[in-house]
Formats: sequence, C-alpha cells, structure tokens
Amino acid sequence: MLTPDTESALAALVAAADAPFAIEGQGTKRAMLRPVQAAATISTRNLTGITLHRPTELIISARAGTPVAEVEAMLATKGQMLIAEPPSYAGIFGAGNATIGGAVAAGISGPRRITGGAMRDHVMGVRFVNGAGEVMHSGGRVLKNVTGLDLCKLLTGSHGTLGIITEVTLKVLPRPEATATLAVNAADFATGQRVLSAGLGAPYGVSGAAIVGHRALLRIEDFAESVAYRIAKLRQDLAEHGASEIIEGEASRALWRDVAEATPLDLAPDDAVWRVSVKPSEGPRLAAALRTAFDAKLMLDWGGGLVWVAGPATEAAHRAVMAAAEDGAFLLFRAPDALRAAVPVIKPDAPALATIARRVKAALDPRGLFNPGRMQAGF
Amino acid sequence: MIALPPPKAEILAQRDAILAALRAMLPEDAVIGEPVRLKPYETDGLSAYRQVPLAVVLPRTTAEVADVLRYCNRMGIRVVPRGAGTSLSGGALPLADAVVIGLMRMNRILEVDYENRLAVVEAGVTNIGITQAVAGDGFFYAPDPSSQLACMIGGNVMMNSGGAHCLKYGVTANNLLGLTFVTIEGEVVRIGGEHLDGGGYDWLGLITGSEGQLGMVTEVTVRILRGPEGARAMLAAFDSIQVAGEAVDAIIGAGVIPVALEFMDRPCIHACEAFAHAGYPLDAEAMLIIEVEGSVAEQDALLGKIRDICARFAPLSMKVAQTPEESAAIWKGRKGAFGAVGRISPDYLCMDGTIPTGELPRVLRRIGEMSAECGLQVANVFHAGDGNLHPLIMFDANDPSSFARAEKFGADILRLCVEVGGCLTGEHGVGVEKRDLMGVQFSEAELDQQRAIKSAFDPGWLLNGAKVFPLVAGAHG
Repeated sequence: MLTPDTESALAALVAAADAPFAIEGQGTKRAMLRPVQAAATISTRNLTGITLHRPTELIISARAGTPVAEVEAMLATKGQMLIAEPPSYAGIFGAGNATIGGAVAAGISGPRRITGGAMRDHVMGVRFVNGAGEVMHSGGRVLKNVTGLDLCKLLTGSHGTLGIITEVTLKVLPRPEATATLAVNAADFATGQRVLSAGLGAPYGVSGAAIVGHRALLRIEDFAESVAYRIAKLRQDLAEHGASEIIEGEASRALWRDVAEATPLDLAPDDAVWRVSVKPSEGPRLAAALRTAFDAKLMLDWGGGLVWVAGPATEAAHRAVMAAAEDGAFLLFRAPDALRAAVPVIKPDAPALATIARRVKAALDPRGLFNPGRMQAGF
Repeated sequence: MIALPPPKAEILAQRDAILAALRAMLPEDAVIGEPVRLKPYETDGLSAYRQVPLAVVLPRTTAEVADVLRYCNRMGIRVVPRGAGTSLSGGALPLADAVVIGLMRMNRILEVDYENRLAVVEAGVTNIGITQAVAGDGFFYAPDPSSQLACMIGGNVMMNSGGAHCLKYGVTANNLLGLTFVTIEGEVVRIGGEHLDGGGYDWLGLITGSEGQLGMVTEVTVRILRGPEGARAMLAAFDSIQVAGEAVDAIIGAGVIPVALEFMDRPCIHACEAFAHAGYPLDAEAMLIIEVEGSVAEQDALLGKIRDICARFAPLSMKVAQTPEESAAIWKGRKGAFGAVGRISPDYLCMDGTIPTGELPRVLRRIGEMSAECGLQVANVFHAGDGNLHPLIMFDANDPSSFARAEKFGADILRLCVEVGGCLTGEHGVGVEKRDLMGVQFSEAELDQQRAIKSAFDPGWLLNGAKVFPLVAGAHG
C-alpha cells in the first residue's frame, strides 16, 4: 500500500503510474459497492491535519486522511458540528478510524439529510489529484461560490473514481443547544410514514424523521426553550395519529446515532444490506414488497424515503430490490464479493447519460487509474 | 469591453434556410427571425452588452427543445439558452450566429405534492410563481433572488441562484430533487427524480450552476418547505464598518444563525432611505438587517439574544420590528436597493464576489480607496452571514471612459475578493462579465479540466458560447 505524506508526493505517484490503483483513506468502506480491480492501493491516510477552522465563518478545512473523529472533536471545542452527521457504519463494515476524505468521497449523510442537506451540500471546496497527476481545486473556503463548474459536487460521492481528494473544506454549524424526539406509535410503515409527512409538513423545523420498529421518530434540535416549545406543539398537532412519548437529551441523541448507523436492522453476519432512495410516500410500498419477497429486515429514514434493507445475499434478493425501487435509486451497500461483482450495485444511468459519464471519467482519469470497477463493471 | 467570438460566416450565410428549418419543426408563432422582433432579446440584465441573435425560438415542450438542439447540433449552430433574461453577468447574452432558445412559454406548474414536499414545474415558471402556488397551504420555495418576480426557475438552476435567505435555507442546488435535461444531441434525460440522493455521480450538482454549458433544463423538481410560524426583522446601526463586522462574527460565534443577515454601508443606506422611506439611520456608517423565525415567543427570545450581542458593540441605534408590517418596512429598503441606486446613478454595475467574513473590514476599506482612485461612487449591500458582497458601482453609460473605469474597478474588486480567500461570484455566475477573470481564481490546468468536462457534454462547443471560459485562440468558443 502506498501512503504518500504530501499532496505533491501523491500527485507524482499518480503521474508516474502505469497501472490502476484502489483508492482509499482508512479503507473502512472498502466493502461498499463493487470490489476494485487493481493490484496496488493508494491511501490518503498520511495526508492528515486540520488546515483551517474559522468558527465565525462556519468553515473547517482538513486534509483527506484526517479522521472524522478528529474533525468532530475540533469542532466540538467551539460548540460546532458537521451538518451531515456522517455515520461510521462500524456496525455494518466493522470498526475503523474513518477519514473525512473517505466520508466525502463516499457521500455519506446521516438522518439530518432530510432537512439539513447531504454531505455534498456542505462541501464548499476540494483539492484533488486527477488521473494525469495534476493537483486541482474546485470551490474554496467561502459559503457561496458559483465560479466555474461545481466539481465539489461531482467529486463528492464519486468513490474515488474521478480523482483522489486530498483536502476538503466543509460548511459547519453550531451544535444545537438541545434536542428532543417525539416517538409516535405506528402500527405499520404506512401509518408511520403519514406521521413523518405530517411532522415534516409542520412549521417546527424537524431535523430527523425515521421509522424504527413500530415507532415514528421526529427530532427537533435548537435552543432549549425552542425545543421544549416545538416538541410540545408537534405532539399536540400529531395527537390524532396515535399515542406518543417525548425522549429528551442524551437518550434522544443515542436514538439518532442508532438511526444513523442503521443499528436497528440487527444484522446477521451474512446478511446483505441495501439502501433504497424513493419518494417518501413510496417507502411503505417498497418495504411491503421486500417483506413479501424475502422477509426483509427494514428501517426507514429521511421521512420514509430512505429504506434500509437487510436480507439474504442472493441475486434473487438483489433483483427484488432493483424491481421494487421502480423510479427510485438502489445501492447494494454490503454483500460478499461474489454477489457485488456480479450485479449492478447502483442504479445504472440512462444510456445517453452513460455515454456522457464515460466521457467525464475520461476527462478526469484518462488512463482509467482510479478504482476501476468500484461503481460499475468496466468503468 | 469583453470580446465576443467572431460569428461563423457559413452559419450567417444560411440564415434563411435555418429559419425555414426551425419553422418546419416548431409551431408558426414559436420562431422569431425578423430583426425588429429579435431586438428585445439582444441583451439581459447586463445591459452594457448587446448582440442581436440569428433567431429566437420559444418552444412549449421538452420535445420541441430536443428537436431544436438536435438540429442545431447537426448543423453546427451555436445555442444560447434563455430564461427571463435577468442575468447580471450576461449569462443569456446572444451571439450573432446563435439560436436563442427562450423558455418563457414553458410556464406550467405540473405537480404539487405536499406529502413529499415537492413541486414539478416547467423551466419557465418564475421563482415567485412556485412560492405563490403553494403559499396558501403554508409552504414556500426557499431560494429568493432579488429578481424573483421575473427570473425563471430554469435560469435559477443554470446559475445556482441564491438570495437573502440562503444562510439558513441554502442556494438553488440545495433545494432541488430532479431535472429533465436535454443534451446538445437532443437526448432527453431524467436527472435525479422525486427522491433524495441515490448513489452514482451527482449529475444534479454538476449541472446546477453550469450556466448553460452542459445542456438545457426543461423541467425542474424542487423541494418545497413548510414555512415557519412567523418571522421578524431588526435593524442595528453602527458607526464603523469594522464594528458592524465584529457584531456579525459575534452573532454567529454565539451559535445564532439568523435566517437572514444583511449589511448595507452608508451610501447604500442613504440611497435606500431616499427611495423607500424605511426609517433607516442616516447617521450610520453600517447597518445590519437581521431576521429570525419561529413563534412570537421564539422570535422575542432570539431577537433578545441578538440585541444583547449587538449592544456590546456600541450601536448607534437598534430597532426591533414589533409587527409584520414593521418587518416589511425594514425589508422594503433592502429589497429595493438596486432600484434605489438606479435612481441616483444613471447606470451601475452590480458585483458579486464572496469573501471570508473576517476579511470584511479590510475589503470594504480597500473598495473605498479604489472608489476614490477611479472617481466612481460605490454603494455596498451584501449578505453578511455568508460573505457574498454586492458592491454597486455607479457610472454613466453615455460616457465610454466612465464605463471602462467601472469595468476595471469591478475587476479589481473581484481580484481582491480572490486574493483574500474568496471567489469571483457567489450567486450571479461568471457569464460574459467575469469570463476573462477566471484565470485569477483557477490555474490554466484547472480551466482545461473544466473545459474537458464541458466537452464531455458538448463536444462541439455549441452551448452558450463565449461565457464562463476565457476564449482560447484558434480553439473553442
């Protein structure tokens, strides 16, 4: 494994390369998507350090190999947080020291995504090495920037296939003073999803909306007096939907850590895991279809629109997920190598877009050096 | 003046045949070729630049847009997409050999879905039109550019437009779910959908803000949000720009993120007060407008916190609105700022750089010095929370030397923004206006990288030529 200490050393390595690489930070999400077809690995784990933190400008910059935990700890000293609350997925892929570059490259967003935005929404700047070994930057260190094509968004979630991210600049926010969760009893997903829609359609600034078991969960985060007021109003407004309780403080925070990490799926070691993103009102239909197809274990986040699915690691189960996703998008999140090498792990682009995708890949990585096969076969 | 590329002689020579072909593929009233009827399309919000196009087409459907693009691609004809033509950077400036594709007839709201908090609209629907369609049910579409009465969502997508409330709600890119996108080859592609991020490349993010360089957008699926229980504004006036900047830092440093945090300097305060009679403090060097949301009690609590913070910076005056009417009065001056400056100067250029907010005092001091050096007045109004500056440079378009000095002044301000760690444009786009400054922010290799990505979508470089990328001798553009 090659672990350059500087961006320029990394760039020189790529410029001199004559064979493809697997690209990773600490490799905590190596088992996600497809196995990479490469003999060597480049890791950004030695590109570390927070390079800029301006609390009053809501900005932090860190080299790609900086652990997410270190970034979060630095922010906490100023009462701030990463908005996308990127999960570690330690319960799915095993424990590790995930890097901030990896979290951006994988486009990882937690429950706050539903109203607070995704990781890609908070990437204000990136530096990266392209396939020619050139150091590039896009965006910057300010909150509003429309100068040139937005390669920050293109690189976020590209899983190291378009460039090797060396440094990221993220928008951050104050950590809310208080948090509370309204848990409404819901006999089934359809009922729960209606509760979530009602909560998200109320004027109280819900920042998390998930269904775990037979409870619909709605989170409020803000100053203490606002949280107290809003959670009570929400409970009153949603009273007709069923009995409810209010969960406060650390218990609420623990609940949402579990939602972020998909802990309630209660995975067996050989379960495959999928994430399907659909229109929220479609979540219950999808869930019902997969329960019928293979007795899936299920959890809904993002107002019902993010369906976490666990089940047998078989092509039949995967075909059932692809079919049930309909207009939505599926992602095979965890599976044995044989299965994830054999099937499309993400929804394929339409043919006209696939042609453009090949050209964009060639524009950034003309020699096909980066993470071949990671997102789709032969790419 | 910024140069436009020479028109392709072989295209100009085929003008009549091109018009005939367009008329054959579109309804009779959708093709404009007569010089007198082309005239209204010769410019946009950057009215110092004018160029009558070869033709204008006004399609009503995605299929018609696809037909025109397919034809233009086959013939090698340049295309300029156009929404309402409100771009302040010349994003919709025509070229002499180009067909302008105007979206104003694609103005239907196709679907409103409250359960999933989304609306599907055609690209020619106005920004305010979306909010008006859902406001009766308590919802709104968040990005609110100053031109929102006129500007169209398709243009908003192409420029990634912002507004006064992005500190809390984000810009256009943060409020989209899907697009119907037409490639230069005339292929209709669905980008995203009615769901959130699905995995795969973020085409939605790349296309948003691409200024018409990658393709055309004909339908947009936007997120709509439930409005807050209420909102209220306050004013705080200070006797120095430096101190006002420190107050902004202190507010955000205290963990308070207002929904809007706007800044005006002395010339801007005076211009707006003369225009709107909003009760602005004329003795101040700098003024903040701060808006918060929530129930009345929450508004009181937040405004109380902000008032206490501002009080530490010896404000000249503070005024907290007690009613929605008083809030509206506070906003009236700010929202009319461009018009107000227009009343005291025959012409102005509106700049749009962004800076790290900590650099504010230094940058405004330097802008003041530059103003004195070039003999042109400037009024500053901007989004203080996110550092997005809008210096309004006043000049006289009848005096060519005045315009030249104004352009140079503007370019110098933008260079300064980049020098202190900011960027050329926060929300107006590069367009024609800032094209030749791109080298200040990007290396030649970085520009080539962006050009290569454009080429992946538009191999013949037919889409919105002469914008965004500096012209390369003998090659694209």
